[in-house]
Amino acid sequence: MENFLKDIKNGIITENPVFVMLLGMCPALGITTTAINGIGMGLATTFVLLGSNIVISLLRKVIPNEVRIPSFIVIIATFVTLVDMLMNAFFPGLHDALGVFIPLIVVNCLILQRAEAMASKNSLGRAVGDALGMGLGFTLAITSLAAFREILGNGTIFEFTILPNFIPLRVMTQSSGAFIALGLMLAFIKWVEITKKGGSRA
Amino acid sequence: MITNILVIVASAAIINNFVFKQLLGICPFLGVSNKVETSLGMGAAVTFVMAMASAVTWAIQVYILEAFSLEYLQTIMFILVVATLVQLVEMFIKKSSPTLYKALGVFLPLITTNCAVLGVALLNVRSEYGLVESVFSGIGAAIGFTLALVLLAGIRESLEEYELPKAFDGLPIVLISAGIIALAFTGFQGFF
Repeated sequence: MENFLKDIKNGIITENPVFVMLLGMCPALGITTTAINGIGMGLATTFVLLGSNIVISLLRKVIPNEVRIPSFIVIIATFVTLVDMLMNAFFPGLHDALGVFIPLIVVNCLILQRAEAMASKNSLGRAVGDALGMGLGFTLAITSLAAFREILGNGTIFEFTILPNFIPLRVMTQSSGAFIALGLMLAFIKWVEITKKGGSRA
Repeated sequence: MITNILVIVASAAIINNFVFKQLLGICPFLGVSNKVETSLGMGAAVTFVMAMASAVTWAIQVYILEAFSLEYLQTIMFILVVATLVQLVEMFIKKSSPTLYKALGVFLPLITTNCAVLGVALLNVRSEYGLVESVFSGIGAAIGFTLALVLLAGIRESLEEYELPKAFDGLPIVLISAGIIALAFTGFQGFF
C-alpha cells in the first residue's frame, strides 16, 4: 500500500510525464486548445495506460524478451482501439474534437516507456499504481496547459466565461500558442525550482 | 493531376506543416534538433519511411480492411506496418549501404514512435487519397518535417552562444523559438 501511494505521487509530481520527463508531447501540444479536450485526452490516455500496464504486467513472464516491443505495441493498440470505439459511441463530440490524436495514443511515448520501464518488470499492484499516477499526472499537466491556453486565447475556462471584458489572444489557441504556452510553463517550473534552492534569481 | 499533386505536396509541407501546424512528430522534433547535420539525417530517414508507409497502408486499407470490412483493425494494422517497415528499412540499409546505415543508425528505431508517420497514414485515409496522392502526401509531410527540424536546429545552434536567463535555459527557450517559427508559418494560411 505504501509503495502504491508512492507510485501515484511519483507519477503526479516527482516524475510528472509532461513537465518533468517530457513524454507525450504531441497530444500535450496538439489538443490542448480547451480544458475539456485536455481532460478527455488525459482520461483516454489513462485508460490505455492502465489497461496496457495490467496486461503487460500479467504477461511479463510469458513474453519472450526478443519480441517484447512488438508485443507491447499490439497490446497498447488493442486498448487504443477500444477507447476509440467507446468515445465514438458515448462522447461523439469529444471524439470529433480530438480527431486523429485518438488513434495516435498508440505512439504516445509515455505509454511504451511505462510498459518498458515499469510494467514489464514489476508486479500487478505496482503497475496499476504507476499507471494511475502517470495517467493522472499526464491529465493534470495537459489540463492545466489547456486551461492556460483557453483562458488567454478565449477568456473562458471549461467554456465558462471568466474574463468578460478581456480581448482574447487568439494566437494562444493556434499551434504557435501551444509551443509558447508550454515553453512559458516549463520556464515557470524551472524558476520555482531555482528560487526554492535559494540560488541566484534568474 | 500534376497540379493536384503539387497542391498536396505544398499543403503537407508548408501550409499544413506537420510540426508547426498539426503538431505531430514533436518528440523527435525536440529530441534531434540539436545540430543541422543530424536533423538532415533524421529527415532523410523519415522521408523514406513516410513514403513507403503511405503506399503500404493505402494498399492495406483498400485491399484488406475495406475489402473485408475490418476498418476497426486500422490502428493495430497501421502501427504494425510502420514498425515492420522501419525494421525492414533498417535491415535493407545495413546490407546495401553501410555508410548510410552508420549515418542514420541511431535514428531508424526512433521513427516507429514518431507520431507523424502513423499520423500521415491515418490522415491519408481520412482525406480519401488514392495511391499516388498518398505517396506524395507522405513525401510532402516528410519534407515539412525535415524543414522544421533544420529550421529549429539552425536556431538552436546559434542560441548556444548566448547567455539566457536560467529559467529559460534548455527546453523552454527552444519551445518558444519553435512557437515563433510556427507563428511565421501561419502566414502561409489560405494560399490555395
